[in-house]
Amino acid sequence: MESFSAILIEAVELIVSWDPDVIEIIVLSLRVTLTAVAAACLIGFPLGAIVGAFRFPMRNGVIVAMNTLMGLPPVVVGLLVYLMLSASGPMGVLGLLYTPTAMIVAQTILVTPIVAALTRQVIEDLYNEYAEQFASLGVRPLDRVLALLWDARYSLLTVALAGFGRAVAEVGAVIIVGGNINHVTRVMTTTIALETSKGNLQLALALGLILLTIAVIVNGLLMAIRGTAARAAYV
Amino acid sequence: MFEATINMHDDHTAHNDVAAPTALLSAQGLCFDAGGQRLIDAVDLGISPGRCTVVMGANGSGKSLLLRLLHGLIVPTSGTLFWRGRPLDRAARQEQAMVFQRPVMLRRSVAANLRFALSVRGVPRAERKAREAETIALARLEHLKDKPARVLSGGEQQRLAVARALICAPRILFLDEPTASLDPASTLAIEQLIRGARESGATIILVTHDAGQARRLGDDLVFLHGGRIAETGSVGRVLDQPRSEAAQAWLGGRLFLTPTS
Repeated sequence: MESFSAILIEAVELIVSWDPDVIEIIVLSLRVTLTAVAAACLIGFPLGAIVGAFRFPMRNGVIVAMNTLMGLPPVVVGLLVYLMLSASGPMGVLGLLYTPTAMIVAQTILVTPIVAALTRQVIEDLYNEYAEQFASLGVRPLDRVLALLWDARYSLLTVALAGFGRAVAEVGAVIIVGGNINHVTRVMTTTIALETSKGNLQLALALGLILLTIAVIVNGLLMAIRGTAARAAYV
Repeated sequence: MFEATINMHDDHTAHNDVAAPTALLSAQGLCFDAGGQRLIDAVDLGISPGRCTVVMGANGSGKSLLLRLLHGLIVPTSGTLFWRGRPLDRAARQEQAMVFQRPVMLRRSVAANLRFALSVRGVPRAERKAREAETIALARLEHLKDKPARVLSGGEQQRLAVARALICAPRILFLDEPTASLDPASTLAIEQLIRGARESGATIILVTHDAGQARRLGDDLVFLHGGRIAETGSVGRVLDQPRSEAAQAWLGGRLFLTPTS
């Protein structure tokens, strides 16, 4: 087996040479993850805002469910989506299994509870501050949700990035529903798992380095957003 | 039970006139309980239009709570509120505005805070720009209009809070210690806005601990003690010749812990 330094050098060479296979995998990973996060935000932001800004029967039960779902095991989600999309499943007719769309569905299911639960907390804290002012102004329910979502925009960007971090590093669900098919559903995490098992450590490490770089960029963005928000006293 | 009315220009300590047809806002037998305690007890009030009614009393006497009850932010345990002769409902709040002791600033610019109030109050779009510009000028916030509201100083934030209330053109304006912890210059600016609101015909209900401010702004005074109205009358009369033991003790700087009965 090659030394770690030799593997590392070859991995870096793979990255800087813009290897087409590597680029394809990165692009697909980002496409799947960003689409899933966008879908999760479209569902999770309003859902979290409604739970955070309104009182209704069984609200505590809903919050417990949302918080519990944050810890959904990815392989269980993968299995459930697989059962739904497989030929004998209720949505088998759509023929989505082993496609990027199936991976997006699985990641959306994984990330939505995270986005919704964190949004609920952010919105509830903000609403506790605004409640009397909103009541005094006579803010209508829809306006309340929209205003809270807008005023929490910086915190919600952080929430979205947290969802992105979870989705981009996920492997269990996407490998079950995507099948890790070369040039079709192969993403960074599934490639790392596969290539490591095959002993192709250069490619695995190259993709690992790229994942780490993405994590650094996401955290850098988070810090920048927090800094901007803090300067405007928006957090 | 204390009963009081502000529908008068002479002095009363116990007079029931809540059903007066001239009252803009009135309370009848208003009570509020929390934690097994009666915090507001059998308050009867009638607020005449165009007057500035000052609510005074020691800390914990129920001033802020009474203001929230009158504005409909809190549901009373018992008693009834009337707005222009009809039971107070949510729609009535559209004709009212309140400024809180700690201004609540939306996470937006100064101008956007004002625009939000106009939007939720359903002011037609065509009118909004003119009203926004007029109110910003009135509150002397022109140089700050694009700044995030939450970076303003305490005095500027409170000026914006008053401006946001005034932009709604309320018939009645509730002010809960709007100048508490502000310096004299900021206090003066807020008082000028309040005077301007009165000149425009708004009715004011002002909670304050500042007897000087009560004299400068108020017509009538309600003195609360232990959640009850201890005394009402013109500001000058109550401050100069208080009749109730609670008001005498408070104005004299003495502790008076036993609720009046």
